[in-house]
Amino acid sequence: MEVKREMVTIYIMGKAYKVPADATIMGALEYAGYQLKRGAGCREGFCGACATVYRLPKDYKLYTGLACSTLVKDGMYLTQIPFVPADKPVYDINKLEPTVVTFQKIYPEVFRCVACNTCTKACPQDLEVMDYIQAIIRGDIAKAADLSFDCICCGLCAIRCPAEIVQYNVGLLARRLYGKYLNSKSKQLDKRIEEIKQGKFDEEISKLMKMSRDELQKKYYERDLEAQVGD
Amino acid sequence: MYPEYMRESIKKVEQTRQKRLELAKSGKEVYPPMNAKEREEVLYKFHPDYREGARRVVRVGPNKGESLTTEVADLLEAHSRIKPELFDLTNPDYETDLLIIGGGGAGCAAALTAIEEGVNVIIVTKLRLGDANSMMSQGGMQAAVNPNDSPTIHYLDAIGGGHFDNKPELVKALVIDAPEVVKWLEELGVMWDKLPDGSLQTIHGGGTSRRRMLSCRDYTGAAIMRTLMDEVRNHPDKIKVIEFNPAIELIMDDKGQCAGAVIYNLETEEYSTIKAKATIIATGGFGRLHIRGFDTTNHYGATADGVVIAYRAGAKLLYMDSVQYHPTGAVFPEQIAGFLVTEKIRGAGGQPVNKDGELFVFPREPRDVESAAIIRECVERKKGVVTPSGRVGVWLDSPLIDMIHGEGFIKKQFPAMYRQFYRYGIDITKEPILVYPSLHYQNGGVEINEKCETNIPGLYVAGEASGGVHGRNRLMGNSVLDYNVFGRRAGRYAAEYAKKVKLGKLTLEHVKKYEKELEEAGIKTNRISPILLPLYTPEEVRKRQLTAHYEGTLR
Repeated sequence: MEVKREMVTIYIMGKAYKVPADATIMGALEYAGYQLKRGAGCREGFCGACATVYRLPKDYKLYTGLACSTLVKDGMYLTQIPFVPADKPVYDINKLEPTVVTFQKIYPEVFRCVACNTCTKACPQDLEVMDYIQAIIRGDIAKAADLSFDCICCGLCAIRCPAEIVQYNVGLLARRLYGKYLNSKSKQLDKRIEEIKQGKFDEEISKLMKMSRDELQKKYYERDLEAQVGD
Repeated sequence: MYPEYMRESIKKVEQTRQKRLELAKSGKEVYPPMNAKEREEVLYKFHPDYREGARRVVRVGPNKGESLTTEVADLLEAHSRIKPELFDLTNPDYETDLLIIGGGGAGCAAALTAIEEGVNVIIVTKLRLGDANSMMSQGGMQAAVNPNDSPTIHYLDAIGGGHFDNKPELVKALVIDAPEVVKWLEELGVMWDKLPDGSLQTIHGGGTSRRRMLSCRDYTGAAIMRTLMDEVRNHPDKIKVIEFNPAIELIMDDKGQCAGAVIYNLETEEYSTIKAKATIIATGGFGRLHIRGFDTTNHYGATADGVVIAYRAGAKLLYMDSVQYHPTGAVFPEQIAGFLVTEKIRGAGGQPVNKDGELFVFPREPRDVESAAIIRECVERKKGVVTPSGRVGVWLDSPLIDMIHGEGFIKKQFPAMYRQFYRYGIDITKEPILVYPSLHYQNGGVEINEKCETNIPGLYVAGEASGGVHGRNRLMGNSVLDYNVFGRRAGRYAAEYAKKVKLGKLTLEHVKKYEKELEEAGIKTNRISPILLPLYTPEEVRKRQLTAHYEGTLR
């Protein structure tokens, strides 16, 4: 059953193509005949491979989006930005302290932020990018880690930033510092690791490993299930 | 936004919600879990693996005569991309101690562990570093950390979920290493979800008998993968990363040891050779083969390249007749068909219900059972909802989650899912999600032991490309764990091996031999493999791509 699809015209790097009106930009590129090598990754909004910029007719604004999850519009003219040149400083996470000093050393350009909010407007994840950069300037690593958590490192903030900050790398460092130094620690985890080192479960597991299929099956279906909701 | 006729069905879901909520809060199971016989029956009748044509006998290679997934057998009965005689192996383009093929979770974990042993590493990857299914896992990672849980119980859950086909020593490695992996990742800076007292937040997954799922909101894979990538890039003196260069054949030596690989520059279409003392395949799975025409949750590059090149070199495969369909792939809107809807939704209390708002399955059966039950509800019982484009699915009642855990829980714990649907005008805190099984995971792969060794000396495999850890069905949260546990093991053992081994003369003789075997089996085909990327060019365009003598090799 072939359903007649409504079509629109889009301009891929200036060239006109007729594509289905309900297509994503990535779907439209492929519909037009492009076989993507760069500019496509997870195709579900997690990997940041498909950053795209576009304008619409009679509209001065430059829009940003992920090709995998932005729908085409009639008259849209677009290009993908499959790679963002950015320095990735090398550091030893074990020798850093989770404070503003670390950012002053590794990413001094952070302090050039003019608070113009262009990064936030460019973010296809709708993150408060400027707010997490400002949090770092205030030394609030926890806040920066929280606000940048959903960052997919597409780089659209970094190419729009007049202060030339690479926000996504900065956010990643904030999260690593938080995860390693500031997040609360689980005593139970350390206890369990110690128990394993002492060989506490070796005998039990060896027993299971030696069981016949039938014995295992019986044990499996008899096991008790912890409730879904509880403390 | 759901069309009006679908809203009629949603009203029925809303009518039964309060009762289902009370059931969920009662502490009892909301629906009786299946016993062994019921599981077997629903699988046999409705799981896609058991449909006619799903499997066929492979006629060449180490598993010759064995029944494999049809699309996999096709890929194995295919020609190499190269003519071996054109390669001068006496003068390789790169030399290294350890070659890692694949820059996803397993590859990066292996590299970081290997350099601790003092070896040099090259990572080659088809797309960018981190372009992998590892980046996309949402729900979590299993690790038995709670006092009422243990690695032993984890073992029993995993092997039962895998229908007791899992290799015991691999399951042991998986569950025993798990807590240490949690710690290792935390020390690298992964932000695990924690409770106020510092303990790790744990919820259920399909087939778990204890709450064992650790998470980083619903960006678990992304949080781990980005941390591993960043750390790999902190060691440029020891780890060289070569992107957009998939390995397309292994290189062997005249003693039958693996000695590196031939790589292919996707952009310049050049081939290069890498001589390596040890090689790890960490290339992931096969979702982009679109087995049985299913949509997939998988990354663009998931085309089973590693399995293909290992097989051509003589590596034995295990359980390559078994495909995992994730129970809850998105069905509506059309643009996100097949996308993953994390199992964490059910782990947190979301329930699958039919078009009349009725529960029809225990929400947390192992994945193959849950998927088969959803297919049964749609296909046999006709209780699914049909979308405007003709797809069918059942409801995943997500609004229950906030009713169980309190308002705001979904937005805090499921930002990716909330965002995914909100883009299309669907608010999952208020409306259910329409789902149907989607091609998700390669249960089998190259057979390994607990050191990630294969039957080829010098060839190690880790992560989704390997077979045996999960039997014929993996549980949620055991793949993130798998790529960390076995990535680290592969890195360690391959590095130790690389320090001792003496390589002989390099050769691609196995490629010629395989070609001969194809010929002797009477297989006439123009298929070449690995395919590297799926082809999504429409038929209409392909009809006009009429270049008579195409010089490149990608198409």
